[in-house]
Amino acid sequence: MTDTTASPAVAHTPTIPAITPRIVAELRAMLGDDGVITEMAELRTYESDGLASYRATPGVVVLPTSTEQVRDVVRLCAREGIPFVPRGSGTGLSGGALPTPGCVLIALSRMRQILAVDLPNQRVIVQPGVINLHVTQRVAPAGYYSAPDPSSQQVCSIGGNIAENSGGAHCLKYGFTVNHVLGMRVVLANGEVADLGGFAVDLPGYDLPGIFVGSEGTLGIATEIILRIVRKPEAVVTALAAFPHTDAAGQAVSDIIAGGVLPAAIEIMDRLSIAAAEAAVHAGYPESAGAVLLVELDGVQPEVAEQSAQVEAFCRAAGATEWRLARTDEERALMWKGRKSAFAAAGRISPNYIVQDGVIPRTALSAVLREIEALGARYGLRVANVFHAGDGNLHPLVLYDERDEGAFERAEALAGEILRTCVASGGSITGEHGVGMDKRGYMPVMFSEADMATHQLLRCALDPERLANPEKVYPTPRLCGETPGVYRPHPLETAGIAERF
Amino acid sequence: MAERTIHTTAAAMISAFDAHRPPEREIIEDCVHCGFCLPTCPTWLLWGEEMDSPRGRINLMKLATDGEIGLSPQVRGHFDACLGCMACVTACPSGVRYDQLIEATRPQLERNTPRPLGDRIYRALIFSLFPHPRRMRFMLPLLWLYQKSGARRVVRSRWLQQRLPARLLAMEAVLPPVRLRRRGALSFALTTETPDAAPRTRVGVLLGCVQRVFFDEVNAATVRVLATEGYEVVPVASQGCCGALSIHAGREHEGLRYARRLIDAFEAARPDAIAVNVAGCGSVLKEYGHLLRDDPAYAGRAATFSAKVRDISELLASQPPRAPRHPIAARVAYHDACHLRHGQGITRQPRELLRQIPGLDIAEPAEADICCGSAGVYNLLAPEPAAQLGQRKAANILATRPDALVAANPGCLLQIASSLAQQGHPLPTFHPIELLDASIRGVPLAGLPMTSSHVE
Ligand SMILES: Cc1cc2nc3c(=O)[nH]c(=O)nc-3n(C[C@H](O)[C@H](O)[C@H](O)COP(=O)(O)OP(=O)(O)OC[C@H]3O[C@@H](n4cnc5c(N)ncnc54)[C@H](O)[C@@H]3O)c2cc1C
Ligand code: SF4
Ligand code: SF4
Repeated sequence: MTDTTASPAVAHTPTIPAITPRIVAELRAMLGDDGVITEMAELRTYESDGLASYRATPGVVVLPTSTEQVRDVVRLCAREGIPFVPRGSGTGLSGGALPTPGCVLIALSRMRQILAVDLPNQRVIVQPGVINLHVTQRVAPAGYYSAPDPSSQQVCSIGGNIAENSGGAHCLKYGFTVNHVLGMRVVLANGEVADLGGFAVDLPGYDLPGIFVGSEGTLGIATEIILRIVRKPEAVVTALAAFPHTDAAGQAVSDIIAGGVLPAAIEIMDRLSIAAAEAAVHAGYPESAGAVLLVELDGVQPEVAEQSAQVEAFCRAAGATEWRLARTDEERALMWKGRKSAFAAAGRISPNYIVQDGVIPRTALSAVLREIEALGARYGLRVANVFHAGDGNLHPLVLYDERDEGAFERAEALAGEILRTCVASGGSITGEHGVGMDKRGYMPVMFSEADMATHQLLRCALDPERLANPEKVYPTPRLCGETPGVYRPHPLETAGIAERF
Repeated sequence: MAERTIHTTAAAMISAFDAHRPPEREIIEDCVHCGFCLPTCPTWLLWGEEMDSPRGRINLMKLATDGEIGLSPQVRGHFDACLGCMACVTACPSGVRYDQLIEATRPQLERNTPRPLGDRIYRALIFSLFPHPRRMRFMLPLLWLYQKSGARRVVRSRWLQQRLPARLLAMEAVLPPVRLRRRGALSFALTTETPDAAPRTRVGVLLGCVQRVFFDEVNAATVRVLATEGYEVVPVASQGCCGALSIHAGREHEGLRYARRLIDAFEAARPDAIAVNVAGCGSVLKEYGHLLRDDPAYAGRAATFSAKVRDISELLASQPPRAPRHPIAARVAYHDACHLRHGQGITRQPRELLRQIPGLDIAEPAEADICCGSAGVYNLLAPEPAAQLGQRKAANILATRPDALVAANPGCLLQIASSLAQQGHPLPTFHPIELLDASIRGVPLAGLPMTSSHVE
């Protein structure tokens, strides 16, 4: 997954113009001294996002506070031919906010105002740096919340959520970020400001917000976002079921959904991730269990009560050894806290780890899990599993100790094999963490040459100069206008990929 | 091109830290860069900059350890800006001990990155005053005169406010109202209070520095409550500063000297438990064992000492109450001092004690995990961010419409009281133990007017 040798991107991207004192002076005039970072030690704190195994130093970091400032900065980049990379809270797990060396890094962490709250129409307008959870906190007293709930919701930004089309446990029933964005104001790569979508649902014409969501910063920068908020359900039941093995838990999930119940969330954690979460937050998970299933049901009271009984029956039939309901909001929060801390808590059970993200058809769950177990044994590494079981989104955590000779390489290879297994089972290389830098080499595994060329056409239409987060998502970045329609991998890349597949 | 960190040749480079207790690489490497700590970090909230976030600061430590950056004044600025509130430690799912990292980094900076002359003098002034109750008490008449004469109004006039240095104004702004009778208030600690029934434990009480001079009534209340609740309070004579202010500011040598002296003083009194009513002091006292680990003469004694330290709320909540509580009909906003909430993980006990008081309504302001900006002497060293945090805290507190503010740290009380006053809504402030004491004794609390009619 990681580019270990010289990068194809470097081979193809023209040299980046230097950030000269003149450019810095211009940026300072736009943003004030306080909004421009040039000191080397400070720039280096922006070297990585949540995937710290990649790093690169930006040429300059800017901290705009308004759409106009973003526009001015992007115009300057366009005029000077300098690539820019947007950054939200820097929690991305695919290297999406990794700077292109020497780029202008546009950090949106000062654009964190909730601009408008329109409860009757169930929408809010936010700046991109607003933290996901803060939206819910703002509207919660009135009985609303924002549905997409990535585990990183306490810190990740709405801009980052949009760029990654982030999801979370509750996306099974409520959909991913894309289902909750009505419209947005964006600064395109040439510095033009455009409004995509709007307040009304299902606007005529192309679904432009749909194109922008998930574009990982390669089409421009979202600076104002109209988000949907939803009413808190009348009743919520959160339950924990313990199973001797993930197979049984997986069976329960299939049975529940086949039985016509659509839970708000349905999550599985295996033995290792239970141990990690317990060490971190003492969520009270049964530590002897081979797997824990967290189910949340919501809706009107009688329906939820009935479904809860049904789900319990399915779980017991599949071999659940324990069934526990959260009695209070605190207990519910604690059950979720364990799950949401699972990645970050993997550090408690292993010095190093790789968070993988893949999708499989729900029905393939047991088979794929067994395959992962076998792969782990073959590589001599432990793999912890946490997943959004309802939509087949797996998060295998490959545990290793970098002090062991060659462990990182083995872990990386294993993580790669796991992805290949996902694709082979009819799934995808990423569920919610995006492609970014980390997985761009896998795009050809998923897409044909013609598919890739179509992606390229869209990208070139919006960013012909390839300045917006240029290295990400697609392998060998080609210049726009170069051999349209036919995808030709760079020789270096072919070599790199060939090594892995 | 993006470079991989995993196999850098960093180890071969020379660390920017010197060899005396640098921040530990193993702890630095525990950080997985997830960012979960960012939203609880006050400086990240204020500025939204990576290098003024816990993750960024750990990154700077890593770069310095790897010799990739030096300890420039600029880099030091980002560590100076850290309030040491330890909210990031509570927030971190990976269990990164940022407290130990920053504690190791500050003395390195004091040694290796000289400060400009003005800053050195100002710091010397602070640290030759606050850890010395006697010197502070000596100044009380001057302060009293300052407050009673017209001088204070002159200083607070707009014209002077715009011209005096921010740091001086900061010190002025947090001054509590001074009453002259405080000058005599050290004596109670020298008399033994013996309870009527069989004593529970022998307790030595830490008097604190600022606490003893400006909040002697908190110490008096502490001793009274302990006695009525059945603890034997033993006098600990000649106790000085605990070193918390110095240690939190990286003045390691000075801080450890205070620590050793305090250990000596308490050993002489042979208490079973050491009760502390200042959150910041308590968290350092609990760390003595760690701080003095390389001192052969003190390592063991320091560990024994630390094992006995309890916050006053921790101690009292560990036993069922004995004395009956009288009602106090008031709504109070409880503020968690960072060194209780994050430093010692104590949130339940003070609330439990307050809930023992009939009629008391306890409000929980929003953003309870965010520092008020006091942070030891931070508000004196970095007045602007401190003031912004104070205003933010005051607004959150006022939103709960309380009659009074309750917190277990004198610094927080002074800081928030000053911010409340600046917002035009001054509130009476109390340490939880004062409320408990008033409730046990059935006396009204000064400044809490509505209690008098309800407390019989
Ligand atoms: C412990 C942990 C758990 C996680 N759990 C989940 C999870 O459950 N579900 C999930 O989906 N993700 C999860 N993530 C991944 C990550 O939090 C999400 O991808 C998140 O949306 C990233 O937001 P951010 O603000 O940190 O963005 P960043 O990491 O800063 O940036 C992510 C991408 O967005 C682009 N970008 C940022 N702001 C803008 C903007 N305004 N306009 C255009 N592009 C922009 C960047 O260029 C980059 O490509 C997790 C991460 C961690 C560390
Ligand atoms: S101690 Fe407080 S101010 Fe310092 S990095 Fe941690 S959260 Fe931020
Ligand atoms: S929460 Fe912990 S692991 Fe995550 S960035 Fe902060 S210190 Fe590092």
